[in-house]
Amino acid sequence: METAYLIETVIKIVIILLVFSALAGFGTYFERKILAFMSRRLGPMNVGPYGLLQIAADGIKLFTKEDIIPTNVVGRIFKIAPVITAATAFMAAAAIPFLPAFTIGSYEVNPIVSDINIGILYILGVMGIGLYGPLLGGMASANKFSLLSAARSAAVFISYEVVTGLSILAPIMIVGSLSLIDFNNYQATHGWLVFSQPVAFILFWIAAFAETGRTPFHLVANDHEIIDGFGTEYSGMRWGLFFIGEYANMFFISFVIPLLFLGGFGDGSVMGAFAFLGKMAFFFFFFLWTRAAWPDVRPDQLMMLCWKILMPIAVINIVITGIVMM
Amino acid sequence: MNQEQFNDRNVSDDGYLKVDIADYPTTPWGRFKRVVDRTFKLELFVGLWVVLREMIKFDIHTVKYPEEKMPIGPRYRAVHEMKRLWESDTERCIGCGLCEKICISNCIKMDTKIDENSRKEVSEYTINLGRCIFCGYCAEVCPELAIVHGGEYENASDQREHFVDFAQMLTPIDTMKEGKQLEFEGFGAITPHEDERVKKTPLAY
Repeated sequence: METAYLIETVIKIVIILLVFSALAGFGTYFERKILAFMSRRLGPMNVGPYGLLQIAADGIKLFTKEDIIPTNVVGRIFKIAPVITAATAFMAAAAIPFLPAFTIGSYEVNPIVSDINIGILYILGVMGIGLYGPLLGGMASANKFSLLSAARSAAVFISYEVVTGLSILAPIMIVGSLSLIDFNNYQATHGWLVFSQPVAFILFWIAAFAETGRTPFHLVANDHEIIDGFGTEYSGMRWGLFFIGEYANMFFISFVIPLLFLGGFGDGSVMGAFAFLGKMAFFFFFFLWTRAAWPDVRPDQLMMLCWKILMPIAVINIVITGIVMM
Repeated sequence: MNQEQFNDRNVSDDGYLKVDIADYPTTPWGRFKRVVDRTFKLELFVGLWVVLREMIKFDIHTVKYPEEKMPIGPRYRAVHEMKRLWESDTERCIGCGLCEKICISNCIKMDTKIDENSRKEVSEYTINLGRCIFCGYCAEVCPELAIVHGGEYENASDQREHFVDFAQMLTPIDTMKEGKQLEFEGFGAITPHEDERVKKTPLAY
């Protein structure tokens, strides 16, 4: 039993690592294509049919590029920072059930690495640690733009952790558990949480953009202001790791939002599994969609939005939920 | 003819579309109203709809350049061409040297000699494309419509000289024999329907 569990867990970890590393690559492809279509362009077309092999070309480029460690950077921290981003993104995946449980032969497989009873807290915490990637990378880079980006990323991540945590508190009070499987099972019997907690849903969704650093809140690495932010001095696969981390984060958040608010995989049927993947795809698409449509906000606007608008709303939401539950 | 519309330089009176933008609010109440407005008018979703509409319409404007090319105008001024006479297939250039004289960047160099038939012949003709500014004066001044501008804008080669050799610029004799020489419609060329518009020189007085 113990060995079987060990082997199963290792296999699951390897599958998640491989699938989501590949998906991160495909994420860049989807992003380019969708952004291109939305601005009436074609996107990558030359490598492979419809540019599908562009990922391979990018991968080869990233892996074979020289890994430059510039003068004056703090070498060790500079080298470890991208690993932190990628590693924390994948660590967060440990508590996410990607599909409902299914059986192979007579062996039941739970597509979750570990159903810990503090699942959502663990995910938020590990994603919060992801802050150290941009922060350390930016501070170690000996580059003013990177330093600005590091300061911004610290401010944004810490501020929006507050919104994420508070907005998720009300659903947690209703469900009475931190495990994502419990969230899913609760919604399978009691209906989706988005109907009873619409405010929390929207707040969490907004905060997800800040957590992943996507476009309306993309000021951590705003190309037109601070070049590439913390990534300015990076080259080759170290830069690629930042990218994999960002896209993996987007995918994982896209899994977490439907699990928390939109019923997850429902009762665990095949239809439920496909519906779950469909919801995930919608949220991932929305990340790209907003990038095509919306401008970025200024850092001060972002802070204002967080502390003066979103956080009070989240607190009021908790209070009202508490009163209703009493 | 009434010149008024041409003399009126005050272009801002009409012809400009004024965008209806409200002034920035100055009072806190005004700012609050703006926030409420922006929140509940759902302006963000208008932007989302616009890009989604374009994606669904799938009206792609990309020109896949090396395979597809945009049509260029007949008056486009790219690397020069030398034309041949339709009647005899010989080159039109009579070696008058006007293009060399008028060239404002001094990039045309030519040398002529008298050949065995006592006709003036061009022995050397080069254009320094590194200096040429493609102004089109040479094509305009040419009395024989011999030097014109072509449509070849892809100027990538080992050496600039590959474009400006006289033999390179001259219409290939095969093309000429097939009757496929294209006339230049731009600066200095005769316009269409020129025959109808030409007036006889009144030699009587």
